[in-house]
Amino acid sequence: MSSAALAPPRTLVGQTAAPGLVLGRIVELDERAAPVGLPPVVPLDEAIAEAVRQLRALRDVTDVTDDADAQRLIEFQIEFLGDPTLLEPARAALAAGADAATAWCRAIDAQIDDFAAADDDYFRHRVGDLRDMRERVIAVLTGGSVGALRLPPDAVLLADDLAPSRFLATDWRPGQAVLLRGSSPTAHVALLARARAVPMVVGLGDMVIEPGEWAIVDGGAGTVALAPDGAQRADFARRRACADDEQRREAAAAARVATTHAGERVQVMINVATLDELDGVDPAICDGIGLVRTELMFAAGPPDEATQLDFYRRLLAWAGGRPVVVRTLDAGGDKPMPGVTVDGETNPFLGVRGVRLSLAAPELFKVQLRALLRAAAAGALRIMVPMVTRPDELLQVRRLLAQATSELAAEGRPFASAPLGLMVEVPAVALSLEAFDADFASIGSNDLLQYTMAAARDNPAVSALADAAHPGFDALLRLAVKTAAARGLPLSLCGDLASRPAHVPRLLAAGLRSLSVPAAAVGAVKSAISEWR
Amino acid sequence: MNNGTMVEDSVLLLHAAGLHARPAVTLTKLAKTFSARVQIAAAATGPWVDAKSVVKVMGMKTPARTQLYVRAEGDDAAAAVAAVVKLVNDDFIGGPE
Repeated sequence: MSSAALAPPRTLVGQTAAPGLVLGRIVELDERAAPVGLPPVVPLDEAIAEAVRQLRALRDVTDVTDDADAQRLIEFQIEFLGDPTLLEPARAALAAGADAATAWCRAIDAQIDDFAAADDDYFRHRVGDLRDMRERVIAVLTGGSVGALRLPPDAVLLADDLAPSRFLATDWRPGQAVLLRGSSPTAHVALLARARAVPMVVGLGDMVIEPGEWAIVDGGAGTVALAPDGAQRADFARRRACADDEQRREAAAAARVATTHAGERVQVMINVATLDELDGVDPAICDGIGLVRTELMFAAGPPDEATQLDFYRRLLAWAGGRPVVVRTLDAGGDKPMPGVTVDGETNPFLGVRGVRLSLAAPELFKVQLRALLRAAAAGALRIMVPMVTRPDELLQVRRLLAQATSELAAEGRPFASAPLGLMVEVPAVALSLEAFDADFASIGSNDLLQYTMAAARDNPAVSALADAAHPGFDALLRLAVKTAAARGLPLSLCGDLASRPAHVPRLLAAGLRSLSVPAAAVGAVKSAISEWR
Repeated sequence: MNNGTMVEDSVLLLHAAGLHARPAVTLTKLAKTFSARVQIAAAATGPWVDAKSVVKVMGMKTPARTQLYVRAEGDDAAAAVAAVVKLVNDDFIGGPE
């Protein structure tokens, strides 16, 4: 009864982003707090100098003629960071004994507040650049991980939104959960939460919860019971025990080869964004990696060829001969990238994103292609291009691959050719797969669904319209499967749809026999496959 | 401020977006090529800010069609003021790279 004295029980309803049941206590994320518990490894001046070096490197790989705006933005950041005036508040804080990160936050947050309050749009829009600078310098100060959170073991983290880099930097433990006022089930952070099996409810809207209040989070139902009473707690304990049982059954299912009830083999691969997601994952549970997201590698500026090569080689080593499908940089849309993506687009989802961005910055793109070709010498690597719309885009990628190949040959570096495939995200592509010169294709269901249903996946108000059961979407899927089968084009689906067991029968009925899902969902998806008849 | 003469001039800022990121960067880079102390203001009475600091110049948040005041003090003060005025008149084209 002690909890009832704190506040009456109430239930909040949001949207499910990652399933799981947790009883814990609310911790509010203070976005403006300096990162805690991290030693100031680098003095502030050196961190600023390093941030400027990173920006200069970024500027040097950005094509002036093709991307003058990006160049100007980088130039602005370089000048801003290089201005001693900026650090005046930080010097005062350092003199008063603050650590470098706190001092830096004080200086840059003063600027952010100042620009956020501007009347003029031009000045208000610079807040995004200032935030980039803030995060870049913090990343340098803290040895590369942006804003790791240190949370109590039973923390239910409450925030407006959570940056994917911050989610990844945090060491999540079973028993913790995340509640977001904004965001959506298809946001990047939600994908990561599913991959890491951190229960997450999003789109809760504006509300206040007292820190320290008890909460039962049901990620699968998208609900939060605050200040639960005895009956609710008993119910939680019962359901938690059931869930644990189910988890054991899924773990057993994950270890088996996926076949339908009739014995038909279905390929189940996994989606990966970082190497640490693979910690504790047995490669034997999957048929390879069906989607490697490379955006997070670019979060602190474009990585050089050697860094990329190392990442791809480690993935291939983990996969042990199984195929690894690497998606080339898919920035833009809901994944802006400082200095790379175009700022101020009125509709970024219909703008310069994915391969459109890569082809606009061919020098940056070629670094990735070179690293991929070099890695291909070490295993079954496949290259997959996002947001392809017209057949000539794929041809342009082939030409760049050919250029990279002759460069590598001339330099005498070992490399191997790799199959080239495309993501099917644009409805026009799903309708005309026969027109594309590809070695394989994979349906990106999140984007294909949002473009088919005209429902932005970052807008909770229309997420009910992003209905995969719509006959129009089903017809599109079936047509793509049929065209691919007629051409002998291997077709998979690596979107979010495949990871939700309730949708698996629909995908199998449409004819798909290859799915790629977060590692945490493999067991549940294989169970759903084995039950399908 | 006790050696050298103060040179002062003013110019109408016509750049559509005001003194935003790119013009501010161009202006501060130009100001830094002079040894004189260069300041700008959005009113004849100030407040005056260091034209070599992009943080200060951006912080003015000067909109288009503002009369911009430029003053400088030091050896090359006259050249500095003339160059800044010309840059604003030329719509920020032709500054140092």
